[in-house]
Amino acid sequence: MQENNFICTACPMGCKLIVRMQDGEVVKVVGNRCRRGETYGRQEAIAPQRMVASTVRISGGLHPLLPVYTKGSVPKRRIGEVLAAIRAARVSAPVKAGQVILANVIGTGVDVIASRDMPEYSKSSPENSKHP
Amino acid sequence: MKNSTYDFIIIGAGVVGSMIARWLSRYQADILLIDKEADIGMGATAANSAIVHPGYDPQPGSLKALTNVRANPMWDQLSAELNFAFQRPGDFVVAIGEQELPILDTLYQQGVKNGVPGMKIISAAEMLEREPLINPEVSGALWASTGGICDPFQVTVAAAENAVLNGAEVLLETEFLDFLMEGSRVVGVRTNRGDFFARWVINAAGIYADAVMHKAGVRPEFVIKPRRGEYFVLDSADIRTRNIYFPVPTEKGKGILVTNTVHGNTIIGPNANIIDDKEDTSCTRDGLEEISQGARKLIPSIRLRTVIGTFAGLRPMGNARSQNPAIDYGNDFVIEIPQSVQGLPAIAEMVVDLLKDAGEKLVEKKGWDPIRPARPRFRTMSHAQRQALCAADPAYGRVICRCENVTEGEIVREIHAPIPATTYDAIKRRTWLGTGRCQGGFDMSRVVTILSRELGISLLEVTKRGGGSEFLFRQTKDKEAQDAA
Amino acid sequence: MQHKEIYDVVVIGAGPGGLAAAIEAKKAGARDVLVIERDVELGGILLQCIHNGFGLQTFKEDLPGPEYAQRFINEARAVGVEFLLDTMVMDLTPQRRLHLSSRQYGYFTLDARAVVLAMGCRERTRAQIRIPGMRPNGVFTAGTAQRWVNVEGYMPGKNFVILGSGDIGMIMARRLTFEGAKVSRVLEIQSYLSGLSRNYVQCLQDWDIPLQLQHTIKRVIGKNRVEAVETVAVDDHWNFVPGSEEIIPCDTLLLSVGLIPENELSKKAGVMLDPVTSGPFVDERFQTSVPGIFAAGNVVHVYDLVDYVSVAGNTAGTHAARYALDESEVEADYVPLKAGKNVRYVVPHKLDRNALEAGDVQLQLRVTQPIEEDVWLEVRSESASIVRRSERYARPGEMVTILLKPGMAEAVRKAESLTVDVYPKAEA
Repeated sequence: MQENNFICTACPMGCKLIVRMQDGEVVKVVGNRCRRGETYGRQEAIAPQRMVASTVRISGGLHPLLPVYTKGSVPKRRIGEVLAAIRAARVSAPVKAGQVILANVIGTGVDVIASRDMPEYSKSSPENSKHP
Repeated sequence: MKNSTYDFIIIGAGVVGSMIARWLSRYQADILLIDKEADIGMGATAANSAIVHPGYDPQPGSLKALTNVRANPMWDQLSAELNFAFQRPGDFVVAIGEQELPILDTLYQQGVKNGVPGMKIISAAEMLEREPLINPEVSGALWASTGGICDPFQVTVAAAENAVLNGAEVLLETEFLDFLMEGSRVVGVRTNRGDFFARWVINAAGIYADAVMHKAGVRPEFVIKPRRGEYFVLDSADIRTRNIYFPVPTEKGKGILVTNTVHGNTIIGPNANIIDDKEDTSCTRDGLEEISQGARKLIPSIRLRTVIGTFAGLRPMGNARSQNPAIDYGNDFVIEIPQSVQGLPAIAEMVVDLLKDAGEKLVEKKGWDPIRPARPRFRTMSHAQRQALCAADPAYGRVICRCENVTEGEIVREIHAPIPATTYDAIKRRTWLGTGRCQGGFDMSRVVTILSRELGISLLEVTKRGGGSEFLFRQTKDKEAQDAA
Repeated sequence: MQHKEIYDVVVIGAGPGGLAAAIEAKKAGARDVLVIERDVELGGILLQCIHNGFGLQTFKEDLPGPEYAQRFINEARAVGVEFLLDTMVMDLTPQRRLHLSSRQYGYFTLDARAVVLAMGCRERTRAQIRIPGMRPNGVFTAGTAQRWVNVEGYMPGKNFVILGSGDIGMIMARRLTFEGAKVSRVLEIQSYLSGLSRNYVQCLQDWDIPLQLQHTIKRVIGKNRVEAVETVAVDDHWNFVPGSEEIIPCDTLLLSVGLIPENELSKKAGVMLDPVTSGPFVDERFQTSVPGIFAAGNVVHVYDLVDYVSVAGNTAGTHAARYALDESEVEADYVPLKAGKNVRYVVPHKLDRNALEAGDVQLQLRVTQPIEEDVWLEVRSESASIVRRSERYARPGEMVTILLKPGMAEAVRKAESLTVDVYPKAEA
């Protein structure tokens, strides 16, 4: 029997999980206070997943960067590739929150979407005092 | 640059060099003021107690006593002409416990000898009435009504700008490398920006005045050591003392004082440690402990949680004849050793006297303007004044520093002032932006953006205080830098 | 936007607390609600918090900060909240007159029947923790660096050391790593993590960034730009451990050493502040000591979850609207709430004796010392225990709550004061 110790990140409570494994299979998760903890423990022991948040370059917007995130979790070991794809991306303002920026990023089946509206930089908006 | 030949070149644009430039600018002469830093007043000028002393402290007969007492009354006119903040709250030497009481009388007698007006020994009760925060164990105090406070950096800016408005030139990031000599006579200076010729060179290099002097082959045994003093700045929202309070002096010096500043904060310090490195303005843990203990001797309610800033300054300490700061060498240049700002106008006046004694015919310039116009300071204005200012220029409506209420209009004016402020610190020290509770956390990125826009440079080129102190390294998404990393 | 002379409710700050307050004030019937924001856009600090982890309670979704803000911005617009952007409140009087400064509108005043303070908090700085050494460029608060990296699009360093294990510090450690910078280590003077443990897992552990507990900076080295820091281990009383010094080369030192509610404006309005939280004394409606001036979110005390900030904003906004619509309400009779055993503070500071008749009241508190075993959270009067509930642990970094319910109304009404304790079950 092999034991893995994790801190659950499914919510801010941070339960200390012990995941008991045998032959690469999860036998039991203890220390969790809810079912999400059990799911997290199982996943973490076999194939850890993470959401990824970063920024992409945007032209013509109020700011030079648009914050984006993966709509779901991606395999932890592929985060580097996800970041590279995000870094290579370029979009133009305006963008709406939730708009897909990269569909099915690097074949993970997960979309990278915009985290906010990014209005066009406009002289008539109150925001124009950023660029007087 | 208009020319490379001047009547006077002043090395060092600290408070002394700038004041000398301003004094000389009233005469028909070409003046060049040079400094190695990206701004004026970057040395001893910027970090000291900011007090204009009445003159009871220096030894009777010393040049320091003379300049103190001679300069003190000049400050009112000077501040009116140059439009810098100056207040004369008077200062107190506070005796704690009966054993310190006799020292007050010694100081009083010394003051009388030095010719200090307006002194009085007051009772403990009167001291507590004037400042309820003082240690209740106070036994009495010496009150000197002529004690004053200023911001020495702003005095320097005002003086140097006034000199520029009257025709003087200022070259920054211009480092003195050597003298140009003709035989035994100094005819100019060699700098990193080339050679400049002059009939007179005035050494106002502060802590480096010894090194400059040695380049002329004079008095190699004369060495200046930095004496480091550390300070705390307290949040004006938490504590506001009313005056300047010194402990009784000891053989180590004037001791750790508590004073209000013209910006409304209270500062405490300094300690005094002779060090070797002329660039080492670091604060130490022990020093800060020493200061808080020293300050609590005078005002026990001072708490470290109200500290919003720490800084350390280096005072030049000469190893010879330090009581006689004006030394004349073959009439080629004057060496000045500032102890602090107190004797300042008198020192400038003395330089002029020395030049005259040496046979220089100084002819007053027609149209010399003693006034350096003030620029608007949003935070000290009434609501009505602010309204008028914003109506005239909308940039004054945009507040960039929320703690000290400094506006974009003020920042832009400083960037395009007679001596342009081209770094973050240059703006900070002129406007007092970034000195409050958040210490620039809010304004910093905005000021960097404004500097970049107004100077026409990239954000990557904006510095805190000159080359090597950049804020930013690359764009977040800069691919090449990313790959390199 | 053309502004009016007087508003029912004026909210100062368009972060999560302010937006929630404005929306609820409008929903509670306030005729006109104005939000004043000093930045050029709505959302506050959430806009630079691009990482996920927001909204698990409010939306049952794991959202990044900007998306969380966007939902409130959209709702505020939909319900007809008005906005003044790029405008700074310079002064606020106890009579609720505001003096404002703006590039677009100049310097002007307006009045409010009720005000909600929602200025948020600011970061503690180097000076406040008095880090010795030189003062070169390159010592920034984590939030300042976050704005540069995520919003302005620039990197303020290549090689970082982070002091303080607060959430922003850990999140920046990961963020900087994602953008190709090196983060050598995170130092924490306490013997425990000051941020959330999930941030430790996802931000430090995942990326092999070492965390050194009971370590701090002894000295900053470098004249123009940071060249290195000297680190040192500390004992339980924060004394340096001799011989443990280490010189760590770096060009940037980020500070994540705590947040302080931003209350300069509150002071101008004569609002009384609690020296422990640095925020206003408030009742259960989040009304301050000045009638008609309410406070919501991090301006009251520093929360670790934005979801709680929004809830606080809701409460403050609702009551601000009620105050604006009926200023004639009677002076409340209050029961004080006191921090008892191992409790650093409790918010609200006092409770209307009859508050529970109108519904539940949530008490929010932080403990003084960590307890890593089962604990009781207990509210008691002088004579009796009113409610207690258990938790598996109590940590200073994580706010805890206890709910007072209408069933406890009688006990509360009779109490002189209420005290909250947090203690190990084993001690009970």
